[in-house]
Amino acid sequence: MLTEIYHILEILLPFSFIKYDFMKNSFLAILIITPLFGILGTMIVSNKMAFFSDALGHSAFTGIAVGVLLGISNTDLSMIGFAILFALVLNLIKRHQTVSTDTIISVFSSMSMAVGLVILSKNGQFSNYSSLLVGDILSITGKEIFLLLIIFCVTIIFWTCCFNALHAQSVSESLARSRGIPVVLIENAFAVLLAVLVMFSVRWVGILIINALLILPAASARNLASNMREYHRFSVVISLFSGIVGLVVSFYNSTATGPAIVLVAAAVFFLSLGAKVVYRL
Amino acid sequence: MEQKKSLIRSYQNMDEDCKKASRIFAGQKVQACGFHCIKIKELGVTLNDEIILEHINLHIHCGRMISIIGKNGAGKSTLIKAILGEIPHTGKIEFRDIRQGINSHLRIGYVPQNLNIEKNSPTSVYDLFASFISRVPVFLLRKKSIEEKIQKQLAMFQAQDLIDKRVCDLSGGQLQRVLLSMAIYPLPNLLLLDEPVSGIDKKGMDSFYETIHSLKCKYDLSVFMVSHDLEYVRKYSDYVVLLDKTIVKQGLPEEIFQSKEYKTMFG
Repeated sequence: MLTEIYHILEILLPFSFIKYDFMKNSFLAILIITPLFGILGTMIVSNKMAFFSDALGHSAFTGIAVGVLLGISNTDLSMIGFAILFALVLNLIKRHQTVSTDTIISVFSSMSMAVGLVILSKNGQFSNYSSLLVGDILSITGKEIFLLLIIFCVTIIFWTCCFNALHAQSVSESLARSRGIPVVLIENAFAVLLAVLVMFSVRWVGILIINALLILPAASARNLASNMREYHRFSVVISLFSGIVGLVVSFYNSTATGPAIVLVAAAVFFLSLGAKVVYRL
Repeated sequence: MEQKKSLIRSYQNMDEDCKKASRIFAGQKVQACGFHCIKIKELGVTLNDEIILEHINLHIHCGRMISIIGKNGAGKSTLIKAILGEIPHTGKIEFRDIRQGINSHLRIGYVPQNLNIEKNSPTSVYDLFASFISRVPVFLLRKKSIEEKIQKQLAMFQAQDLIDKRVCDLSGGQLQRVLLSMAIYPLPNLLLLDEPVSGIDKKGMDSFYETIHSLKCKYDLSVFMVSHDLEYVRKYSDYVVLLDKTIVKQGLPEEIFQSKEYKTMFG
């Protein structure tokens, strides 16, 4: 099946970069990941969860370290498991907060990062894992693209079924609760989904960059949109555009792909900010 | 006994009031049946070993507007949250149909103090309203039938033109009207308002209280409001509760405002 998709790509995109299989794979991966980031980003920005998603990314190190300690051969599993736990614990603490959320998240984020680094750097092994920091989308394989596709479907289903409740909860928790919306469940489901998406894509996108990709498209869309439909549409389009342009540019420039995507997304953000000021949107 | 008398008197006053108010809503007749009653029995709230509220006993009949007044920290907002079920409380809240003598499910309409919507948020009034009343995802579709339903609700508060505006661009008064129209859809038995008119000018206040007043007359619902605007409380309430950790005094507005308890509390 993959070869047929490759063939279609070659016909649709008569450019030199698409000749290589690794570029075809990355292209497909970007077609799947970036719209998801655009969609989930809208809620992260609305809910002021930028710090939360950042901390989630950082927890990847600990997840891998835990896997190594337990002797699990596939550290992806321990990484995802740990991130889900991490997200739920953060939500729980947020609900019973005695200190400000920012502080709590910061404490947990730096602690989990440090734990992971300490374990992974034992006996000078850290260089094996340092690629996680910037990620490498060019190394993605067909099987992994298939996994991303599954997450894509799950996210779209979740978003279609639960977005209204999630939005209601984000606007006013008391109001949502008074109407029988299960606010805690909805909030946790979103956190778990986010954790899974971040962990699945962190290898390709990189811990240092993943949050920028979640935040920038939605933040740009916010400058232009006047309702939820526009917000989502713009965010997805900007995210896709940044992803594809970043991939192509990085190919011809021989630079890392993740940072190139972030640069394009950042440029779009400043353009949207300019448009907002000029046209007083 | 004292309490019962003032209850009866408040009903007599109310009938007169509502005849006036019903004219506002195109001459419709008073709908409150007077046979529903919300009973709060021995409600208490304790947070971190500190008693916030205790021994709250209150009867709320339909078609009446009850105002809660008290100093900051008296537990007014906590009482609202306890009724909403947002914080754990002791005691009971019952919703009774007096004629049939059975308890039924209490539907609460709530107008929050504020929304978590900051400047620049791309949430339109349609998005806000539809998120709470429909399952059709607002990020994907805008359904004509839902739009018409929302428009109809908003029109009751002369807010139908706001449907496409961003919520963050609304003025305080406009937002209040939108939130009110949401709170009474679907029609609740109890409308809970937590200091709903902060940051609104005098004209806005007048029209807000007029609207609430006509609502309680038009529909079979009770209004339970926390308020700082003592003048308006005096003018519009059927019943006033003076709160300071517990109910210090309850009764008709004139009784409360002349009581020595009121004078010690508000000087």
